[in-house]
Formats: sequence, structure tokens, C-alpha cells
Amino acid sequence: MGSYIPNTLQEQQEMLHSIGKEQIEDLFTLIPEKVRLNRELNLPSGLSEMEVSNRMRKIGKKNNVFKSIFRGAGAYRHYIPSIVKQITSKEEFVTSYTPYQAEISQGVLQSIYEFQTMICELTGMDVANASVYDGATAAAEAIVMCLERKRRKVVLTETLHPHTIEVINNYCSGLDIEVVVAPSNQGKTDQQQLEELLDDRTACLLIQQPNYYGQLEECDEIGALAKGCGAKYIISCNPISLGILKTPAEYGADIAIGEGQPLGIPLSFGGPYLGFMASKEKLMRKLPGRIVGETKDALGRKAFVLTLQAREQHIRREKASSNICSNQALCAMTAAVYLDAMGSKGLTQAAMLSMSKAHYLADQLCKINGFKMVYEGEYFNEFVTSCPGNVNKVLGELERHGILGGYPLTGKHEGHILWCATEVNTKEEIDTLVAILKEVAV
Amino acid sequence: MKLIFEKGMEGRGCTLLPPSDVPLIQLGEKHKRKQELHLPEVSETELSRHYTELMKRTFGVNDGFYPLGSCTMKYNPKINEEIAKMPEFADIHPLQPEHTIQGCLEVMVLAEKYLSEITGMDRFTFQPAAGAHGEYTGLQLIRAYHEAKGNVKRDKILVPDSAHGTNPASAVMAGFTVINVPSTKDGYVDVEELRKAAGDDTAGFMLTNPNTLGLFEENILEITEIIHQAGGLNYYDGANLNAIMGIARPGDMGFDVVHLNLHKTFSTPHGGGGPGSGPVGCKEILADYLPSPCIIENDDGNYHLEFNKEGSIGRVKAFYGNFLVVVRALTYILTLGKEGLKHASESAVLNANYMMHHLKDTYPIPFPDKCMHEFVISLEELKKEKGVTALDIAKAMLDHGIHPPTMYFPLIIPEALMVEPTETETKETLDEVIEIYKKIYKEAVDHPEAMRDYPRNTIIGRPDEVAAARKPVLRYRYDGASN
Repeated sequence: MGSYIPNTLQEQQEMLHSIGKEQIEDLFTLIPEKVRLNRELNLPSGLSEMEVSNRMRKIGKKNNVFKSIFRGAGAYRHYIPSIVKQITSKEEFVTSYTPYQAEISQGVLQSIYEFQTMICELTGMDVANASVYDGATAAAEAIVMCLERKRRKVVLTETLHPHTIEVINNYCSGLDIEVVVAPSNQGKTDQQQLEELLDDRTACLLIQQPNYYGQLEECDEIGALAKGCGAKYIISCNPISLGILKTPAEYGADIAIGEGQPLGIPLSFGGPYLGFMASKEKLMRKLPGRIVGETKDALGRKAFVLTLQAREQHIRREKASSNICSNQALCAMTAAVYLDAMGSKGLTQAAMLSMSKAHYLADQLCKINGFKMVYEGEYFNEFVTSCPGNVNKVLGELERHGILGGYPLTGKHEGHILWCATEVNTKEEIDTLVAILKEVAV
Repeated sequence: MKLIFEKGMEGRGCTLLPPSDVPLIQLGEKHKRKQELHLPEVSETELSRHYTELMKRTFGVNDGFYPLGSCTMKYNPKINEEIAKMPEFADIHPLQPEHTIQGCLEVMVLAEKYLSEITGMDRFTFQPAAGAHGEYTGLQLIRAYHEAKGNVKRDKILVPDSAHGTNPASAVMAGFTVINVPSTKDGYVDVEELRKAAGDDTAGFMLTNPNTLGLFEENILEITEIIHQAGGLNYYDGANLNAIMGIARPGDMGFDVVHLNLHKTFSTPHGGGGPGSGPVGCKEILADYLPSPCIIENDDGNYHLEFNKEGSIGRVKAFYGNFLVVVRALTYILTLGKEGLKHASESAVLNANYMMHHLKDTYPIPFPDKCMHEFVISLEELKKEKGVTALDIAKAMLDHGIHPPTMYFPLIIPEALMVEPTETETKETLDEVIEIYKKIYKEAVDHPEAMRDYPRNTIIGRPDEVAAARKPVLRYRYDGASN
């Protein structure tokens, strides 16, 4: 059996003797007989490292790693610079705890401070926190930030990622909050119908830019509607798109949140990912979770600490604004190293390439009979098409060639495919995909 | 040391992406970013050295003794990291067709099976991303259960005053009112007070056992029975499961729902604050309400993600949780197996008892006769007599190259230090640490005035936290403006 216990049984016996005990069982006399297991756990016996490695590899083999991916819908394969993987594997970063002891945690604290700064630079906001679990929980936490005694209504848009809507519904289910969803028209939020839902009881409006269907929402006009009724305006954004797209601040948002996975984090079957949150300064003390600030020590040396802790659960308990304790710190560091490596030119390039590849893919697809753009609006790197014949058959054909095609939409979008391209998709890959689909469509 | 923003030079950078092989598309004016984007402009050399410098200013489990009570800072096995980085797990899109993710689903099915056996539960969900997220999810299950039974007035969650701060915070997020239950002077749940507090408005009771004082609640069956009799459910905070694996199970103690911290008990790393994973297990009576989707095994032996679960509380996170953390935990469980898990718990309890025993003549330990995997020191007297606080003692430890214990928790013990050595420390380390602890105590008694200056050998001294909170500086400004 494998074990990470250094002390031998003989040493343990000596330790027992030194504390006046005969055997290990003597340490467990506090546990009442009635609740003792008194049998072996029904689990396999332990294994050597080599056996475990083989076993896990065998399980891994039951997954398909696609050589080409044209699917996004909330999880994106971007190029991950080598240095990102190397730095975030350093054992000091991997094995440390939340930096409670600032004097021996300046490295982690500074990296979070740099992360906060870069999230602010990306979104145009004033302050950011040290991360939350993912984009969907960031959205839910942002909504809770906006609640006021007389404003208990939350307006969402139908074009949000469906998981975001589901998580928000869950977070609001136990609280006295009304959640309404503004319908869409032509793949974008219907402004007229949205306006009817906004009123003086509305705490906030949440929109996603680019939206779930890849379309660019009219965030300027929609923000004005939110402002008009005194509601807070939250924009969920794709961080890569911010290399070229207007910032949430430019659109007038009070809070910017999003899924940080595109920033150097692998697909990972959905997690761990990275929820980021940033806001205008006036909402600073409502931000949930860890926040790092700069200060000095007694000798005047620059120092970083966890700060504004009076908001948090370990101080305020039932009066805390959120229960969050562990966050996604190592994923935040991953994003920070990614942004350091890319720089503003690199990030802009990744955004430009992603958008250009997606448009090339769309143009080529639409040359095939039966593939048509479903929505006409401007888009970034995702778009929806119709599909000739059976969607699953078409996607299955791609899969046989090692290609993960677009995501088959369901419900009222049944029969449509949500496509995605990023900088990793070469023209050759796209041409191959199109050639295969031409065969299928015949 | 400089910030990354103060390093590099305009025009420097890394060459990472190729030029476009398709026509470049320009965004329309309406949605184009006008605000200048400031990000570091550094070469790969500078970037690499920057983080090496930061790394040297960071203390991990790999750097030394790290006895944070309630946090279970055990060694993080390297094989777990290697497996989690395999493309067969790390490069899988969460929305791939079901037949192409059978390996991922098998990981979760196996982890569910093993964790169910370890805890005495029937089902598990892996959606919760951390312990607090698990608490929230478990409490949602309790609420769904009472609602399904039509008991809408059960809106109180009872929480001991020794509980983790997340417990009451999670209960409020899930829409409950919190009733604090006092502890006895022996450090246990006050059974009579609990009996008084429990009633027909009780939704549930949250407890960690061993409790946060490192004591196993001897009356656990009576406690859980009181809640069940009142019509409530019992919630197990799994933060301290490392004391009892293979020895006792929450499911056999009368708990109906548990969360585990894979980043504590199951050896996955803390990453400077996360990601963790807080899977929630429950008894059959709550299984219908578990988050969607759940995994079921088809007749043909294939795994299937079931989304249309009637009664489900819905989703608490996008996709399926912190999956790669589950991969690491499964690797650990397979490595240790049934014998190894039990041996881990026994050794964790032995190491804690060993340290406590050899310290109890020096340090005031409120409950010195018995402890499980952790114990609590109280420096109340030292503070009264010499003016030396738990913080002073902790900061003195930094100069000896060891991480201090958890400070000022649990809240019911004044000037508390909570020590959890874990099973992966050698006897030599424990012996050295015991000597350091004794030396520090002696100095505190002999030279109390000197204690306020610690640490002296770290790269910074104690930071001014009051100033940090009063005038927050939370980011670097490229334009040089103050915040």
C-alpha cells in the first residue's frame, strides 16, 4: 500500500510510549463504541505509485482528446504559454495556504495584488477581488452585492450562459429575491421588453458581452436603461475579448465579472476555473472574498496583506455578505502569468486572431448548402448556424476525424449549432472541417 | 521588490502567437475598446525571474512545518499533480459528447463510491468548489427536504459557538436564521442548551466532529437524536474528517448530509488559497434534491449525465465542479486504500497527541487529557500576566522557519492557537518544533517586551493592517494616481 507517513511503526510505538500509551487504539477511547466502524472500510487495498499511475492512465484513456476543437459555450481552448505552466507548478505556490501570515507570504500576496490590478486594467474598473469559484458564481455574488432593502428584484437576460442563470436562480432561491429574465430577439436582448421589466424595485441588471450566442449586445443603450431606473449594471465579460472590445467601464457598468478560464487555464472538464469580480470604488466594501492591499511595516518597508476583512465570514459570521473562504488563488495566478506573458499586444493579438478565425470559419461554413448564420448581428468568436439534416450525424462525422464541432443547442434553438474559433484553430484545420462538412451536406 | 508593472520596458514581450493565416477582421467602432490597455511589457527572462523572486517569498508545505488547525496541511503527493495534468483529463472540454468523456465520469463515479463508504453516506455531488460552497449546497438540500414535506416554517439552523465562521454565513446565504448554541466549559456541545434550542422551527444542526477544539463529541448520538426528534436534519462539516477515516463515520453518528474538503483530508494542494473542492454527500432521503446533473450507470455499463432530475435544487456551479481536484483526490484514495486511510488518521491523531503531551507542561492547554488530530492552546494567562499575545507567539515562530498554528480560533477560547501537525510530519520535526515552542514560551516569560518585535528575520516585519484597511490601496496605477 502507498503511504505518505514517514514514521515507521516502531517509531510510532516509541512515540506512544513516550506519552504513556500502549497502543494506537488508546488514543481513540473518546469515540463511543456505538459509533465505531469496527470493520475494514469496503475499499480496495492501497497501491504503489506505479500501479496507481497505470490505473489512472487507463481511466484517462476512456476520454477522447480532440485534436481540433470548435466548441466554446463557456469553456475555451486557447494557447497556453509554456511559462504559465512552469510558474504555476512551483511547489511554493502550489502547496501554500491562504496567506494569513503576511511576513512569509509576500510572494502569494503580491501575485494576487498584481492579479487584481490586471483585472482592473482589463475591465476598466477601480477594484477587484482575489477571485471566486467561477464565472457563474461570480455573477451570483455580484447580484447579492446589489441588493438593497427596497430593491429586491433582479433582472437577467435570456442570452446569458444557461449555467449562469441556473446558479443565480439557486443562489436567490432561499432569499427574498425576485428573478426575472428579459427575452431576446434575433439573438440579442430585446430592449423594449427589457425596459418594461425594469422599475424602481430593480436592484440590478446583468448582461453578458459577448452573449451566449456570440452576439455583441447593445451594452451602451442597455446600460442607460438600467441607470434610468436606478439599478446597478453588471456586465459579464470574456477577458480575452477585452483585448479589443469596449470595457465594462466604457459601457457604464458598476460591476464587471466573468469566467477567467480563457486566460491560460486548460479546459479541465469544466474546472477548476476562475471567477473574477471587479467594481467601481463605491462598491468596494461590498465585494466578497479575499482582497489584498498594500501597506507598510514598522520600518516603512512595502508590504502586502489581506485587507478589508471586516466584510468576511471569519469575522462577521452570520452577518457576512458572503460565505466564501477558499477561492481559486492558483487559477488567479495562472491568469496573471498569462497576462504578463501576453502583454497588451499579445492579448489584443489573441482577441484579433480569435475573432478573425471565427469569421473565416463562418464564411466558409456558409458556403455549404444548409449552413446559414442564424443571427445577423456583430459577433466576436462565437456564432450560431443552422445545420443541414441531423445535427448529431453532422457532428458525429467530424468526431470521426478527431474534430469536436460546434455545440448542438437545445430547446427552442434545437437544430442550431453554436460554433467557436480561437487563435489555436489554423486555417488548415478550418479548411479540413469545411471539406468534411461538404461531404456530409451532399 | 518591484511589481511586475515596474519592470520591463515598452516594446518588450514574449513571442507567443503566429501572424494570422486568415484575413483580419476589424471590430466596428461602436464596440471597439477606446480605453488604453496597460499590461506588463516584460521579456520571458524578466517574467521568469519575477516569479522566482515571488516564490522565494512564499512558504508552502514543502518549505516546512505548517500546523494550521482545521486546515489539514498535509503533504501534497506529486503523483496527484502529474495525473491531473495529463491531457486525458486536463484537455477535455466539459461539453463533449458523453461517449467521449467516460473516463471523467468514471473518476467521479469511483470518487463518489469511495467517499460514500468513508463517510457512511449514500450519494455525492462534486459541484461545490470549496468547503463553504459545500455547506451552502448541503443546507439547500435540507431546505428542499423540508419544503417537499410542506414544513415551510422550519427556518432555523442551529450552530455551536465553536463552529467555523463559514457555517453561520452559509446558513444565512441559504435563507436560514442562525441560532448559536453554547458549548460547555469542557468544550463540548451543551446538550441541554441544544435540547432547549431545538424545536418545530429547527431545520437542521451543523457540527464538525471532532469539534474545533479537537475533541470528539462523546454524546454525538444523543445530539443527533435530539435534532432528529425535533424533526430537523444533521449537517456534518467535514473539515476534521482527517481524524476518523476508517475509525468512525458521520453516517453512523446520525448525520444526514456532509461536505468534505478534498484540499484538506484528501491531500490536494491549497494553491495559496484555492482551488479546493467541497463535495457534498447525503443519505438517500436527500438524494432527490442533489444538484443537477448527476451521473447514472446505464444497463450497458456506460455512464450517463442525467440533467432532468425532478426535485433537484438545480445548479450551484457551472459544469461539474473542480474536476481536476477530484482527480487528485481519487489518486490519493487509490494510493492509500482502506488500510492507508485508516493509518493516516491514526498517525494524525498520534502526532497531535505527541505534540500536546510534550507541550502541556509548558503551554496552558484547556483540555490536556485528550485530543484527536488537533489541539488548542490558550495564552489568556500569558497575556494577562506578561502582556504577550497569541499573535506575538505566532510571529516569534516565523523567525524559526516554521508556520504558526491557526490563531484566534475557535472564538470561544481566548488567545487561542490551534495546532494540527498532520500525519505526514516526521518525529524529528515534531521534536524540533516542540523545542522551539518551549523556547519561545520561556522567552515570553523572561523577556515579554522583546516579543512585540517578532518577526525580525523575515523580509518584512509585521505589516500595518489598520492602515491597509483605513486607506485601501488595492491596485497599481499606471498613471501614478493614488487610489
